[in-house]
Amino acid sequence: MNKMVRIFMWVLSLILILALVGCAPKQTEVVTIHVLTMDQAGLKSAEIDQIARDFEAQNPDIKVVMEYVGYDYVHDKIVLGMAANPPAYDAAMVDVIWPDEFIKASYLLDVTNRVTPDMKSGMFPASWNGITRNGKVYGMPWLMDVKYFMYNTEILQKAGIKAPPTTWEELVDQANTIKQKDLAEFPISWSWNQKEGVVCDFTVLLFGNGGSFLDASGKPAFNDEKGVQALTWMKQTIDDGLTNPSSIASDEMAVEADFLAGKSAFAVNWLFQYSDSNDATKSQIAGKVAFAPMPVFAAGASAGIKGASVDGSSAFAIMATTPYADQTWKFLSYLASNEVQIKYSAEMLPVWQTDFEGEALNTLLASNPNNSVTVPAFLGQFPYANERPTVPYYNEASAALQLAIQEALTGVKTPQAALDEAAAKWIELAGK
Amino acid sequence: MKNYRKIFRKLILFLFTVPVILFIYSPIIWLFLASLSTQVELFSIPPHWIPQHPTFQNYLDIFFPSQAASSVPRTFAVSLLNSIKIASTVTVICIVLGSLAAYALVRIPFKYNRHIQISILATRMIPEISLILPLFIVASSLRLINKPILLVITYLSFSLPYAIWLMVAFFQTVPIELEEAARLDGCSRLGILFRVVMPISIPGLISTTMFIFLVAWDEFFFALIFTSTLAAKTAPVAIAEFVGRFAVNITGMMAGGFLAAVPPVLVALIFQRYIVSGLTAGSVKG
Amino acid sequence: MPDNSISNPKKRLSLRKQDERIAWLLLAPSLLVIILVTVWPIIYSFILSFFVAPIGINQIRTFVWLQNYIGIFKDPAFWETINRTLYFTVASVTLNLILGLAIAQLIHSHPWGWKFIRFSLIIPWAVPTIVNGAMWRWIYNGDFGALNGALMQFGFIKHYVPWLTLPSLAMPLVILADTWHTMPLIALILQAALAGIPEELDEAAAVDGANAWQRFWKIRLPLLRPALLVALIIRTVEAFRVFDIVYIITSGGPASSTITMTFLTYLYSFPYGKQGTGAALSFIISVVIMLLALVYIRLLYRPEEN
Repeated sequence: MNKMVRIFMWVLSLILILALVGCAPKQTEVVTIHVLTMDQAGLKSAEIDQIARDFEAQNPDIKVVMEYVGYDYVHDKIVLGMAANPPAYDAAMVDVIWPDEFIKASYLLDVTNRVTPDMKSGMFPASWNGITRNGKVYGMPWLMDVKYFMYNTEILQKAGIKAPPTTWEELVDQANTIKQKDLAEFPISWSWNQKEGVVCDFTVLLFGNGGSFLDASGKPAFNDEKGVQALTWMKQTIDDGLTNPSSIASDEMAVEADFLAGKSAFAVNWLFQYSDSNDATKSQIAGKVAFAPMPVFAAGASAGIKGASVDGSSAFAIMATTPYADQTWKFLSYLASNEVQIKYSAEMLPVWQTDFEGEALNTLLASNPNNSVTVPAFLGQFPYANERPTVPYYNEASAALQLAIQEALTGVKTPQAALDEAAAKWIELAGK
Repeated sequence: MKNYRKIFRKLILFLFTVPVILFIYSPIIWLFLASLSTQVELFSIPPHWIPQHPTFQNYLDIFFPSQAASSVPRTFAVSLLNSIKIASTVTVICIVLGSLAAYALVRIPFKYNRHIQISILATRMIPEISLILPLFIVASSLRLINKPILLVITYLSFSLPYAIWLMVAFFQTVPIELEEAARLDGCSRLGILFRVVMPISIPGLISTTMFIFLVAWDEFFFALIFTSTLAAKTAPVAIAEFVGRFAVNITGMMAGGFLAAVPPVLVALIFQRYIVSGLTAGSVKG
Repeated sequence: MPDNSISNPKKRLSLRKQDERIAWLLLAPSLLVIILVTVWPIIYSFILSFFVAPIGINQIRTFVWLQNYIGIFKDPAFWETINRTLYFTVASVTLNLILGLAIAQLIHSHPWGWKFIRFSLIIPWAVPTIVNGAMWRWIYNGDFGALNGALMQFGFIKHYVPWLTLPSLAMPLVILADTWHTMPLIALILQAALAGIPEELDEAAAVDGANAWQRFWKIRLPLLRPALLVALIIRTVEAFRVFDIVYIITSGGPASSTITMTFLTYLYSFPYGKQGTGAALSFIISVVIMLLALVYIRLLYRPEEN
């Protein structure tokens, strides 16, 4: 009896060990690279999968495994991925606010020498700026995005409004008109929940008022009177019933849901909202959406501010510890190549400025019905994209600002007090 | 007179029963009804409690993914399968390893018995978040990320102590006389375990099985961090994706949520007597 | 006398030895798994908490002894979070117990439909936490949620209320969602325990002139003590560690009013990239939980009374 049981125990242990070992990777000649990206703005996962398959067809010795997660999870997965050796991912999408943190952590591979002159001159300089520090390039441009001002043409028409607003003050007037005519209970909706989205919106309004995050000496300036005015304006629109109060708990997807259901007349959002709005399976307002330049505050306009938005671009970076840098760069080059970008330009405009000139521009406009609208909107709005502070401790700083804005919006603190506290936190973080 | 009293009493108590039933059922019924409506109806004010144009489209999108526009319903069915596979494997391992360990702790007197029992329980006190990073480092270097086996292993961190604790309670209820009788008959320690104790504890084993299955199915955070590809993504992660990424497809999310709830709820309903008795035994014996 | 009789002292000793060996053999696989998957990570985490460990490759991990802990204790946000978490724990556990006991007693009294209640009670508990969170998030939705719809139809409110944007209400609403999900198990455990109390005790007390309330307090409640103790410990540990439901319903907002200890630990470990601090926070959580469990056991554990 004892002997049998002993055999049983050995067999059990053997099974456990085999199970673990059995999951070890097989030795093949094909190199497999893992790429992490978000399935949110930009191309949809099905499209990127297709691009990966096309790439594999041309490069039989490289296999690409894509991983898609929501934007909120990308940062954490990159951090976790880099904790392991070899890293869990060979390349990952890097949002415009992360390079400083990741460069300080030595996560990103210096690819300055891999960038061809074609790419350098062909792609928008702004797209390179996001991933270049001290003259070194740390990634491949991918998505150039900025927040746009979109409105529901039908609602405006029914309200008798001839043209979209050019200042935020005009917006308030128009929203009041719409509300009084019972065309929308809450004409405006925003993404003001306690995540990065609220800082993006605040950036738009802050710079639209002639304010900025940091002053010339690098100290926080968002708590000066321009910042406080912007924040006070935000709260006022809720109090006046013009901004949907649910905005305090909404993200960009909720803003889109509202807008596409015809419940709001004005929606500030990234580019993806436009193509979704013309998709009849998702939207009830297909064909009734138009762009307008992002309004600014009257005070900002008189100070010479012509436009203000926020830069939400992202790039693909190679992880520094990957053993497959060459193969990964090959894939990224393919992803960012002109042919691929033109092919999928419905979802995401190309990062090649050469596509926006001359003959190429015509090709671009012709490749998709939405482009005739989105291209001019992009060319008009992107030059006014403002950056959020490029500091390595950005996440924690942003969290402090998110909290401050939320406290002001919910009435827990006055806008001045809330912003002052956030500014103090920024100074503390900078000192560490 | 006494009869009237009795009926009156039952009536009063019944008045309390109604709110309780409402409290239990209304959220899920709303979830189900909402999953049958279209987005337009869902957004209407006042709400259409029972959709005027009910549709099974949301469910169709999940079961027949080729028709779905978005990628999320397509992946949902796969994630359900993953959840079943992983929860089952975890349960089997917990039962096998746990019952052996529990028996040792209950019946065999040896020096560190009490200490081990308490330590095992104490591991429940650690929040998952502190285990994540070290586990991830090891898992990644073993190239186990996005493999279901990784979830199985990491789930053992919370389910195995639970299983041991539950089965310790059960084995304690087995009358010692039975074991002593077997001993006198010449049975060895392990013989007693397999021939006497296990067969009697079948209700306890079933109870533990069901409980661990449900606990493993429910797990979210490890699955979120360790998996995101179809190969291993579990149902809770897929649901979280619905909530986070595709707020536009709200009715789809409700259908998915309802589907994700069906297996564990069915298991719980069928085996509930076992589950409750298992926890009660654990509570009576401490 | 048979050779392997236990009465033989020599055999008894070696049987003991054999027993011990078998005990270790049976325990070994489980202990191995637990050490690998729980103990080692905890130790790693504990050691990490004494370092400033910014994320990064080849980042210098500076040994700072207790600096992380001191920094945490000095931060007012930490105390606010502990407060909030304690609030969540106390409120949740109290609600669980009161509702659970009430429903258990209700079932025990066998009113019409008691079988149906007992049958259905497990459903909320079986619904996965994430589905529960998502479901309640949509119930609380400010634009089309069921809560708003119901309240307005019954005339309690004139306009839809954006529930989850109100810092004062967000936490209670999360507690409600959590209670719906966790109370059933407590109710079922207590109901089973109630059913285990012999009828005669109750009847004897009734004969002695005790009314229903007195019978409840003096007879049933003390006998429920062991079950209550276990329920309390389980629920307290789980409530203090709450993460999933906060993550899904509010992600810590609005205005940080639903950030709990585990959520704060998550924030430091990943978005802020300060893993030393994160490790320290998680260690503090574990210590508090153990203290709470000890308090319970001290206060409530008595050997089986009659």
